[in-house]
Amino acid sequence: MFDALASRLDRISTSLRNRGRISQRDLDEALGEIRAALLDADVELSVVTSFLDGIRSRCELEELSKSLTPGQQVVRAVNDELVRVLGDEPLKVTYASRPPTVVLLAGLQGAGKTTAAAKLATWFKAQGRSPLLVAADLQRPAAVEQLRVLGGQAGVPVFTRATDPVDVAVGGVEEAARVGRDVCIVDTAGRLSIDEALMTEVRTISARTSPHYTFLVIDAMTGQDAVQTAKRFHDALDLDGVIVTKLDGDARGGVALSVRTVVGRPIVFASVGERLADLDLFYPDRMASRILGMGDVMTLIDQAERTMDADVVQSTTERMLGGTFTLDDFLSQLSQVRRMGSLGGLMRLMPGMNREMRDAADQLDDREVDRIEAIVRSMTPRERTDPAIVDGSRRQRIATGSGTTVAQVNQLLRQFKEMQRMMRGMASGAMPEMPGMGGMRGRLARAAAQRMDPSALPPQLASLAGPSAVPGALPPPRPSTGRGGKKKKGGRVTPPKHR
Amino acid sequence: MSHLLLWIIIGVAAVVLATATVGLVRVRRGRALEATRRDALAPPEPRAVEAPPSDAAAEARAATAPPAPAGVPEAPPAPVEAPTPSLATRLGAARSLFDRVRALRGRRTVGDEDLAAVEEALLRADVGTATTAAVLEAITAQARADGLGDDGVPGALRRELLGLLGPPPAPLTTKVEADRVAVWLVVGVNGVGKTTTIGKLANAEVAQHPVLLAAADTFRAAAADQLATWAARVGCELVRADEGADPGAVVHDALHRARSRSIPLVLADTAGRLHNKQSLLEELKKVRRVADRDPGQVAEVLLVLDATTGQNAIAQAREFSDAVGVTGIVLTKLDGTARGGVVLAVQRELGIPVRLVGVGEHLDDLVAFDPEAFVDALLGE
Repeated sequence: MFDALASRLDRISTSLRNRGRISQRDLDEALGEIRAALLDADVELSVVTSFLDGIRSRCELEELSKSLTPGQQVVRAVNDELVRVLGDEPLKVTYASRPPTVVLLAGLQGAGKTTAAAKLATWFKAQGRSPLLVAADLQRPAAVEQLRVLGGQAGVPVFTRATDPVDVAVGGVEEAARVGRDVCIVDTAGRLSIDEALMTEVRTISARTSPHYTFLVIDAMTGQDAVQTAKRFHDALDLDGVIVTKLDGDARGGVALSVRTVVGRPIVFASVGERLADLDLFYPDRMASRILGMGDVMTLIDQAERTMDADVVQSTTERMLGGTFTLDDFLSQLSQVRRMGSLGGLMRLMPGMNREMRDAADQLDDREVDRIEAIVRSMTPRERTDPAIVDGSRRQRIATGSGTTVAQVNQLLRQFKEMQRMMRGMASGAMPEMPGMGGMRGRLARAAAQRMDPSALPPQLASLAGPSAVPGALPPPRPSTGRGGKKKKGGRVTPPKHR
Repeated sequence: MSHLLLWIIIGVAAVVLATATVGLVRVRRGRALEATRRDALAPPEPRAVEAPPSDAAAEARAATAPPAPAGVPEAPPAPVEAPTPSLATRLGAARSLFDRVRALRGRRTVGDEDLAAVEEALLRADVGTATTAAVLEAITAQARADGLGDDGVPGALRRELLGLLGPPPAPLTTKVEADRVAVWLVVGVNGVGKTTTIGKLANAEVAQHPVLLAAADTFRAAAADQLATWAARVGCELVRADEGADPGAVVHDALHRARSRSIPLVLADTAGRLHNKQSLLEELKKVRRVADRDPGQVAEVLLVLDATTGQNAIAQAREFSDAVGVTGIVLTKLDGTARGGVVLAVQRELGIPVRLVGVGEHLDDLVAFDPEAFVDALLGE
């Protein structure tokens, strides 16, 4: 799907460019492509319409006509607006002056509330709080038991009673106050928003426990119906925020935009896996990228981090940049990277890809990668370290051993040498950049700089992050958010409501 | 190929560099691995199939016969459903999305406004852009060729949707080779209702013959407890293991217990898993292999889909089917406000039929899929 929007827009760009002047109709055509992309991403129909109306009024035909890539300009405008809407008015989690701070979770069946409750407890604990989990889902078989087990893993106590959900919730808050737990997280049963009785029940829970935060927990793969659900829960409970779950899947997650637009409350957390630590702050730029089908490189990095051995990555990188990257290194990296999934899929998620790389990613058949791996494995360790010694008879042997041809072996060795040359060039800073990689490196380095101490970047990369990436400097402001300030981690200026 | 090779090498290097650039300098958040599972990277959403030109309807009709489960001869029907009210009645809470469409009744031609109304209605029901385009194309083509019937656009739309869905599906089968235990494997992503569905399935089957439940979800906290509750409600046996045990081993044990107690059917629950996680799909393939080995034989692989799911359902259906061969879909939570229209796209693009529909959290809230009732409810009749 990554290709679809980008290449369709490329085509529009080309024809727009050739014509020299952009008309309203040309713009509409580009917006039509984006409409389809947003709908495919499960953004709700009315939300798509109003969102694009906003874009349309914002796009200046004059400006676009001057641009070499008007199609891309439009996408950029859309991306920026998405980031703005998704990240607008982020929630600042503050704590009640009189503890406990009560957090109420509500949502449909199967959204991931119980898992989210445990993850929140873990998160609060990491913030130095002492949370209590309240198991008020008495409907789903073994829901209480599930929360008990998760609570045990998190090192957080779990409160419940064999009475009714309202009584459990109220009792839980009282218990938290009694034993001095300063955060109280109430898990409730999944319920249909049209189930009168159950919606009344959760309203009662809310009225009796006066939560400081009420979060709707919603699945990232939810379709058009998300808006119905969100509206009804919001009407009933006056939500403070939304937790989007299962973002480790490949759902585009248009629900985030729909719910944000219709309910007007921020997305607070992103749940990205089944383990207790898999709760992230919500990053609007990642979500925007994902909704537009343009991949989510930061999630890729997260996944890579989890799968790849950090020490191996570090030493390999040093060797790459130092120009001593060998076929052995390549082989070990290849198998690590392949563990993460198909290489074509991975490549598609990289930003800064040019046309040829995208086409190549499309055509990438993992069998070809198998073949490459076979060739390298058929080489002796000495041959891998020093490919110069690979003469004719050795090539023949390698070809036979890997089930390939001498021509293919030759090709691999030639390309690899080319690659080593490029890397040495990159390391010395005097690039010809690897084709397609330049933009990516810069972007990644900037991303890295924004999230952490730029002085920790390897020197060859630090320069890419821009002049502000010097030790002690603040990360550069992100003009695209429209807030004019620096990008904060999950932000926070809105005080919670106190009842 | 020559450039491709270079891109492969670059690709690998790029990924490594990317990880190094951001990953190395990131302050480690101290994530401990609680389980032994490794998550695979998410591949991008597969391209939706472009709508085929004008003969979409005919092609779709030809492609809708539900596939017979591998290796199992056609069996006399073993009805699953208990007598229940009609689907439309159960979905009484549904509101009509299609008032504008209904107002078009009686018109023999198709104008832009009509198409817009139909498009909006279908998109809101999660039918998706590709299948919606195909349906609109088919209606327009029909209007051009023969004109529409007296029932105008709504009638044509209804016929088109029914054509996509095909005939009512065959009931689930327990017919396997002699001396083997039939296995129904229940799969799907997290939170869709697999365990609850198994409870309902067991309830329906136990009236005819003994059933054994296999708690092969060994990952989720208290998953086996959850299934045990259903087993107790239904009155059937359960095979379980400790958390973290091998799911294949649970299935294996269940098969042998079923064989020794002459229980003809095993319902195997599996852990919810996102379809973009390679290692988890591999695990599922392994579970299926175990289930298909003597004394077991897989008779049905049921993919549970949540009716609130949007276009991602197509990717789910594709990946699970590629991995373990899905014989049918159970569409759950249709008692809510979601219409579940994405199953039209799944049928059209992948040929996987809906066999059953879940309409609540109680034991008897499972009905056979009735295409006419489904389309009527979709169109708000």
